[in-house]
Amino acid sequence: MPSSTGQKGQKKRGGKSGRAGLRAALLLAPSALILLIFTLWPMVVAVYHSLFLSDNAHPVPVFAGLANFTALGRDPVFVQVMRNTVLFIVGTVPVSMLIAMVLAVALNRRYRLTPFFRLALFHPVVLPMVSAASIWLFMYTPDYGIVDKVLALFGGPQINWLGEPGTALSAIMLMTIWKQVGYFMIFYLAGLQNIGQDPYEAAAVDGAGPVKAFRSITVPLLMPTSLFVFIIAMVDAFQMIDQLYVMTQGGPSNGTNMLLYYIYQQAFAFSNLGKASALSVILIVILLVVAVLQTLADKRVHYES
Amino acid sequence: MYKRKLGDAVLNIVLLLISLIWLVPLLWTVLMSFKDPNNVNGLTHLLGGIQLSWQNFAAAWTSGQFQLYYINTIEICAGILIVQLVTITLAGYAFARYSFRGKSIVFVIFLLQLMIPVSALIVPNYLTIKDLGLVDTKWAIMLPYFASAMGTFLMRQTFRQIPRDLEEAAMLDGASWWQIIWYVLLPAARPGLVAFSLVSVSFHWNDFLWPLIVTQTPQNQPLTVGLSLLTQMGETGAQWSMITAGTLLVVLPLLVMFILFQRQFISSFIQSGIK
Repeated sequence: MPSSTGQKGQKKRGGKSGRAGLRAALLLAPSALILLIFTLWPMVVAVYHSLFLSDNAHPVPVFAGLANFTALGRDPVFVQVMRNTVLFIVGTVPVSMLIAMVLAVALNRRYRLTPFFRLALFHPVVLPMVSAASIWLFMYTPDYGIVDKVLALFGGPQINWLGEPGTALSAIMLMTIWKQVGYFMIFYLAGLQNIGQDPYEAAAVDGAGPVKAFRSITVPLLMPTSLFVFIIAMVDAFQMIDQLYVMTQGGPSNGTNMLLYYIYQQAFAFSNLGKASALSVILIVILLVVAVLQTLADKRVHYES
Repeated sequence: MYKRKLGDAVLNIVLLLISLIWLVPLLWTVLMSFKDPNNVNGLTHLLGGIQLSWQNFAAAWTSGQFQLYYINTIEICAGILIVQLVTITLAGYAFARYSFRGKSIVFVIFLLQLMIPVSALIVPNYLTIKDLGLVDTKWAIMLPYFASAMGTFLMRQTFRQIPRDLEEAAMLDGASWWQIIWYVLLPAARPGLVAFSLVSVSFHWNDFLWPLIVTQTPQNQPLTVGLSLLTQMGETGAQWSMITAGTLLVVLPLLVMFILFQRQFISSFIQSGIK
């Protein structure tokens, strides 16, 4: 920070600090009011309601301490929901990141068709998740959908992709990867612009092939981008719900039910406010942990580079 | 050199294949939307029952009340954006130019919105909307988004890059703080505001969960909710041609906007992501 800024700040504080403070408060008031009501206050509300039994059996909420949380530990559906959420993250985040990174490297050059490639790979990002989900719902439909049609062409089996517990989650993951790869790719493209050509030319002089260059230059130099993309991917993964609503409603037999969808179900289908609030508290804590990890990792990456 | 050219050609073919695979869902949707719903070959054969007519689009438009959904979506996106542009400009300016007590605490409250998005808070926020008596109104959809931490930080960054000399010259000329924002800073911040607007509109055009929860009647529901209602009608395959046409109606404005402003779109997404 240049020193002149500091001096000016001091001048302001010395002369009319009260008025400046008031003005800043007025400028921030509209945003702050909304954030207090719809970001800060709901966290308090979620914690409060998580401490009460409040469902169809308890129309008048009954204080229960941590009973909602301990009940979750015994709830097989909750265990399955958390398992699905972890599986979904493990199955989509690293795969999407790797595909996005490789594609970005392949697209980071001048070629006639590069704009077309970029358009083709990025367009799913712009589509509403609900529309993408309804498209894929049809594609996965047994017999008539294009997936089974293509399989039939090669004599493959006809599978009810979204109807079988064994395939439904994978089918949703595949669709999600298709949807988000383009988004991650643009961050990698931006990262590659920052690296420039120099390291690669040096490596070429040393006789390194493209695979070696990718491993020993691209991947390490893109580390800050990868970290950033990883955090976005994690936060997004916990919010994936539109496609579940459209494609499977969390089924079959909770095979694709994930944390946010479970919250939605408990609150709005089963009217179990206590349980839904306890689940919300868990989601909030997870998101806060991700944010803290990001801050810590951010510092390390910056110190290292 | 020769080997390298061969490598490039292979790479291009692979990329072309991947790109085409990526486009299959969209192309297939377009194909389905032009099929005659009464032709039995339409479902069984990939190219069967194709007709060159807007019949399915007209059917979707009327049966799905799409006109209403369209107007609602535009109203919601515009309403959110207009308020956001004001709030993020004011807050961004405060963060960029004022030092005051408690600044870091206020900053953390803004950061919280980035960490805990509205979708994670659907349950308590629904209770708030209910307490405010706003269930099934467009206000319910818009209110939580009237403040944007992402936009505020984007504006703060933008304002910081504008030299203070400009403002000081204006101040010497007797301009007040709002005149400085309006005449000096906003014109210089145009690119940032445009980038934010693209991201905001595409986010709220696509938003689904929150509108689904707080609205109940077509009078207040956006396109995404309307489309999900339409989709539920057609799991058997009988209504596919109409539903795929409806899907394209939802998707088209954004897709056209994206193709026209591709560069701007991508750089906006990057800017807003990186902050």
